[in-house]
Amino acid sequence: MHSGVAVSAPASASAIAGGGARSEAAAASRRPGGIRLCGLRGEALARGSLRISHAPAAARRVAAPRAAAAAPQNGAVAGGGFDYDLVIIGAGVGGHGAALHAVEEGLKTAIIEGDVVGGTCVNRGCVPSKALLAVSGRMRELHDEHHLKSMGLQVSSPGYDRQAVADHANNLASKIRSNLTNSMKAIGVDILTGFGTIVGKQKVRYGKVGFPDKEITAKNIIIATGSVPFVPKGIEIDGKTVFTSDHALKLESVPDWIAIVGSGYIGLEFSDVYTALGSEVTFVEALDQLMPGFDPEIAKLAQRVLINTRKIDYHTGVFASKITPAKDGKPVLIELIDAKTKEHRETLEVDAALIATGRAPFTNGLGLENINVVTQRGFIPVDERMQVTDADGNVVPNLFCIGDANGKLMLAHAASAQGISVIEQISGRDHILNHLSIPAACFTHPEISMVGLTEPQAREKADKEGFEVSVVKTSFKANTKALAENEGDGIAKLIYRPDTGEILGVHILGLHAADLIHEASNAMALGTRLQDIKLAVHAHPTLSEVLDELFKAAKVNSGVSHSVNEPVAA
Amino acid sequence: MAATPAPLSLSASALSARLRLAAPASRAASARRRGPMVVRAKIREIFMPALSSTMTEGKIVSWSAAEGDRVTKGDAVVVVESDKADMDVETFYDGIVAAVLVPAGESAPVGAPIALLAESEEDVALAVAQAQALSSGQAQQAPPPSDADAPPPPSPPPAAAAPAPVAAGTKGVATPQAKKLAKQHRVDLAKVTGTGQFGRITPADVEAAAGIQPKPKVAPPTAAAPVAAPSVRAVPQASVLPPVPGATVVPFTAMQAAVSKNMVESLSVPAFRVGYPILTDKLDELYEKVKPKGVTMTVLLAKAAAMALAQYPVVNASCRDGASFTYNSSINIAVAVAIDGGLITPVLEQADKLDIYLLSQKWKELVKKARAKQLQPNEYNSGTFTLSNLGMFGVDRFDAILPPGQGAIMAVGASKPTVTADKDGFFSVKNKMLVNVTADHRIVYGADLAAFLQTFAKIIEDPESLTL
Repeated sequence: MHSGVAVSAPASASAIAGGGARSEAAAASRRPGGIRLCGLRGEALARGSLRISHAPAAARRVAAPRAAAAAPQNGAVAGGGFDYDLVIIGAGVGGHGAALHAVEEGLKTAIIEGDVVGGTCVNRGCVPSKALLAVSGRMRELHDEHHLKSMGLQVSSPGYDRQAVADHANNLASKIRSNLTNSMKAIGVDILTGFGTIVGKQKVRYGKVGFPDKEITAKNIIIATGSVPFVPKGIEIDGKTVFTSDHALKLESVPDWIAIVGSGYIGLEFSDVYTALGSEVTFVEALDQLMPGFDPEIAKLAQRVLINTRKIDYHTGVFASKITPAKDGKPVLIELIDAKTKEHRETLEVDAALIATGRAPFTNGLGLENINVVTQRGFIPVDERMQVTDADGNVVPNLFCIGDANGKLMLAHAASAQGISVIEQISGRDHILNHLSIPAACFTHPEISMVGLTEPQAREKADKEGFEVSVVKTSFKANTKALAENEGDGIAKLIYRPDTGEILGVHILGLHAADLIHEASNAMALGTRLQDIKLAVHAHPTLSEVLDELFKAAKVNSGVSHSVNEPVAA
Repeated sequence: MAATPAPLSLSASALSARLRLAAPASRAASARRRGPMVVRAKIREIFMPALSSTMTEGKIVSWSAAEGDRVTKGDAVVVVESDKADMDVETFYDGIVAAVLVPAGESAPVGAPIALLAESEEDVALAVAQAQALSSGQAQQAPPPSDADAPPPPSPPPAAAAPAPVAAGTKGVATPQAKKLAKQHRVDLAKVTGTGQFGRITPADVEAAAGIQPKPKVAPPTAAAPVAAPSVRAVPQASVLPPVPGATVVPFTAMQAAVSKNMVESLSVPAFRVGYPILTDKLDELYEKVKPKGVTMTVLLAKAAAMALAQYPVVNASCRDGASFTYNSSINIAVAVAIDGGLITPVLEQADKLDIYLLSQKWKELVKKARAKQLQPNEYNSGTFTLSNLGMFGVDRFDAILPPGQGAIMAVGASKPTVTADKDGFFSVKNKMLVNVTADHRIVYGADLAAFLQTFAKIIEDPESLTL
């Protein structure tokens, strides 16, 4: 994590006008602050896709001047007689991103957290899992004798210390957690401890569960309460032999044989960790294909690279109807039933089971009934601007919901992007986040990443809207840097419109795919067309040339460069 | 996706499209299909495809379908590596992969046949013959399709030895890697005895069944597989002393080597011993009664031990990794039997559940098999507790060595008339035997063993319950 000092560009453009009454609309007020001290810019993910032009903002800033402090600090006074301009319920990555941007916009901001700052991502998700995956990547390299030998290296019997690996993950989580906390404290965000409940319009109570004793008012409220692992009924979690990612990340044991229920990205990442540490893995997937949700071609290659060559087998088209933890000297028992006929198929006997069947929104106790909001399967309904809608389908004013709790795109950086989008709106600049330009990554070895539509989705859309779709692919085997690393496994795939040069989707499986995807996602967010980006230069030899290869291979019929860039696929 | 062969020409370096074989191998096909479309056997060739314009030969990365596998149109059957990429190659027809002509890892020129696809089971044998002909001489024709019906489940000769490992039955649970290895090495899992936890078939078991030497390399820390562990650590006899001149050196038989290995392994277990005197008058009486029904003293002792073990599961447990208790689900009493040139421990499975008559019957069979050296692995290595009796030789007490994978072993001495004093001070002569149990102190503690022995003694001293 880089601690950086970033000079905020808008600040330098703004006029510093002394005095002046604060505009009634808190939304319009901005601090003409100068230096932005933020230890955690990296945590506020996916900001690139948001600000398209600064010009209107600067104009507003001049119109609504106010006394300036030297450095941006949390707004001293909230407008309109409210305690705060903004209260965020939930200090995960989404809430954090929103809070940082809110302070930058001069809003007096508070954030309520009932558990630990950082939420799922930092404490029980992306962050600690990356530590485990870093270990698994190294273990794989060290164990791949054939691979090492072909590079002329010799290593003798590498091993690992489970507790030390677990500590690495835990230490990383606490480090990022404190970075996150400090970054908010440094700019004066009030961190309020307790569970937040909405008691009425623009009114929140917080405190211990069931005893929300403190009440505050806020002009705007953002719900960012996130999600918890979803456990289907019939599955008994004991935290030791049958567990969710919450427990698995603590790596309290490395079972000889573990069943992973669900083959999405959580299950896939854990299979990478467990097999690298010596476990054998059995996937249980309800759908007929492993890795549903991935582009089928990528899923197929992923199966060949990440599953078939490893100590993994799988059962597809089955539900785990009952899972009993190991006890009395018996193994973990998993009853599998056919996903369609519901007939009993077989019973697995394994040492442990990881339940990775997705995540459920954590929206209980939010007091939504007080404002006539009804959740849908637990998710809070929102419109495209993240404004919460009530039971009658009307927008609830001044109430927003971001992140996993609204279920639009359950990714940490999507939550953060949604939060920033909301702050933009509160600050008077209408903004709609283009979810199709948000990349996603699965940190297996090699990694998988994607942005936009899969090929079937693109073809379906093309059929409906009557345009043509083309696909180009390239292999990591054709990339010099990948070959130098002896990591030629992988493909990249570009789905685009040959008539306009619009990028519809990019999917990558290969070395550092998660880092490579951003060239494509940024192009999509900024509306860059293939005929333009194919002229951009990539350093040689780098992995980025994999994408260069795709862009150059694409055949676009329209040679005209677009003078006005519009976000594509919005 | 990419259903036509066209996407192949997309870009010389942008590959990994899928293509359908058989049909698009146009060059090859036209060269081959010289004659008229004669309907002969329904056998088709699968050709090495041209994956790029620069490709002249391809290497088979792996076969996704094995010989004997039934494939349907569109299934990927083989992965081919060209100069640029790996590509899945689909079959264009339904059928059975009858013969793989180019195995994984080998190369073939573009257009060369790499496998034969038989339309139905009956054609498989013919295809195999054709494969032999092909490998020896000229390629034969791959005739066009004809009506296909009656495709019964595949049981072609080459596949007969490798039935799908899926149907391994409920008892023979195999780990994912064991299943993979079994498929790879064509090992019938039904015939493999599992030595892993819960009797699972481990990768090592499959490798042993396939006759593969375990890798000398230290595997990643999977649980130490018991008994038949692959890591045969060459018993540490670093400095082998030269024999006294004139001595004969007789190498161990396999059984003796196994005994030796097990004995050395026991040195790593912190064992302790607890002895207990037991009066046997009533047991002797019972024995006289049931002897005509074929019940032996060994069976009575095994049954008594099993009944006591049922009350003290920890004595029936084992410590496999030095960090946990492994509680066994059944009580299997191994009984040491000296046989010609060795020692073996036939196992009375579920000794707590079966009655002494059934146990006796089983025991008789086991001993017979043991003497004929026909015991199956699960008949001598599934024990959870061992009984060793040297009483018949007049040994009054001895000390047994704990076998690996078990928590305790009982050594039984001879029952001898002994003068005993009761609590009122009356002397009498009673038959008394000394029993000595060796146990793994990592899991079984002194008090556990004492309580177990007390229970065992009660059963022996009031043996009516043995006949229930």
